[in-house]
Amino acid sequence: MAQKVLAESSNVPDLLAQAQEGVPRAVARLISMAESTSPLRRELAGLLMAYSGKSRTIGITGPPGVGKSTAVNSLVAKLRETGARVAVLAIDPSSPFSGGALLGDRVRMHTVATDPGVYIRSVSSRGHLGGLALSTPLAVRVLEGVGYEYIVIETVGTGQSEVEIVDHADTTLVFMAPGTGDGVQADKAGILEIGDVYIVNQADRPGSEKLRNHLRQMIDLGNRSADDWKPPVLLTIAQTGEGIADVLTEVRQHQLWLDSTGSAHHRRVRRVRAEIETIALAELRAQQQGNGSQSRLDSLAESVVAGECDPWFAAQALLAGDIGGSP
Amino acid sequence: MSHRIRVLVAKPGLDGHDRGIKVVARALRDAGMEVIYNGLHQTPDQIALTAVQEDVDAVGLSILSGAHMTLFPEVVRLLREHGANDVLVFGGGIIPARDVELLAEMDVARVFTPGSSMAEIVEWVRENVPVREH
Repeated sequence: MAQKVLAESSNVPDLLAQAQEGVPRAVARLISMAESTSPLRRELAGLLMAYSGKSRTIGITGPPGVGKSTAVNSLVAKLRETGARVAVLAIDPSSPFSGGALLGDRVRMHTVATDPGVYIRSVSSRGHLGGLALSTPLAVRVLEGVGYEYIVIETVGTGQSEVEIVDHADTTLVFMAPGTGDGVQADKAGILEIGDVYIVNQADRPGSEKLRNHLRQMIDLGNRSADDWKPPVLLTIAQTGEGIADVLTEVRQHQLWLDSTGSAHHRRVRRVRAEIETIALAELRAQQQGNGSQSRLDSLAESVVAGECDPWFAAQALLAGDIGGSP
Repeated sequence: MSHRIRVLVAKPGLDGHDRGIKVVARALRDAGMEVIYNGLHQTPDQIALTAVQEDVDAVGLSILSGAHMTLFPEVVRLLREHGANDVLVFGGGIIPARDVELLAEMDVARVFTPGSSMAEIVEWVRENVPVREH
């Protein structure tokens, strides 16, 4: 089969058209654009509005090493059986020291890596906390605009409070594995509140039934009315694909629930709200960096250390664009 | 902010020796690059498609199996077939000097043999990746 080749010197509409025709390099270039600080991002975001809301996003989160990437591989393979095109954004952390990253989620995704209906992109968090990258919302819009029916977002391996995924996925799957703590862990706030479906992976290991029971108890204690979604708890062995079909069934059930209760709309509004806020903050930061605020920040920090003003005063001064120094 | 360099490091073919590639991956990461590693036993097809999907600036291939004269040129060919003409291809392994010369003619821009320092590899990648407009 002849490869579809990217025509060079492409502008944004050209790139998008080529990506929609299935040129993998064009899709890749658009994601890079979304990740960049290029002014072309605005043009891109504008063009993508026409395709907004056409894809389903599935978030995969959970602690490091519980089998998220392996589960993505099995899940994507299952989704592909329906003929749907699937894209994956696999996010790994960047180094706080060098800014570099080792992106290794693909090691577990061999089965689906060369399927022409699948696009996989490894993403560095580039210093962003919360489990995703700053570019994730625009990257999702790109993949939606290109025509992927399902977009799977795998977060960095999470601790307890990286809950940003819930703003960006229609359905959030929280993966756990046996041996990661007692029942008290399950009662803590944070990641164990955000799942639409909970999955105990590596269920062939001892302790998985017990963990499932803890999770069920935790869910039962939650305040929810009769028409609220009650998250199921499933057992899987992602390595062999065991239980993955049930996960997909629950994802579909959850989607039906979202659509029938109007929750889908609420979630989308919440997502865009987070997106706008993020862009506004990034713009503010860029503006500040552009007008010499780094040196102002330095001198304000000196002032706070010297006891001349407090950090709240300094922050106000920074936002107001005042020259740092004594109050 | 300038473009962050992305590099795919890959192990083509039947070759289970991944110590070297992991050391290089770590060095590139510590130099601030985004390094994608996709595991052992990759076919040239998997490597080329991964490089394209990941929009990398460079592909580093590690071969210690002796099959470099087959696998290196095949990865280059497939990359070019995808239109990835600007992706820099380099490699490492136990490769005779004669073959290094031949590979250079096949668009494998540089081969690092045993004894190469990490600083040398990092510096070379930095200086040779294509310049991006955005």
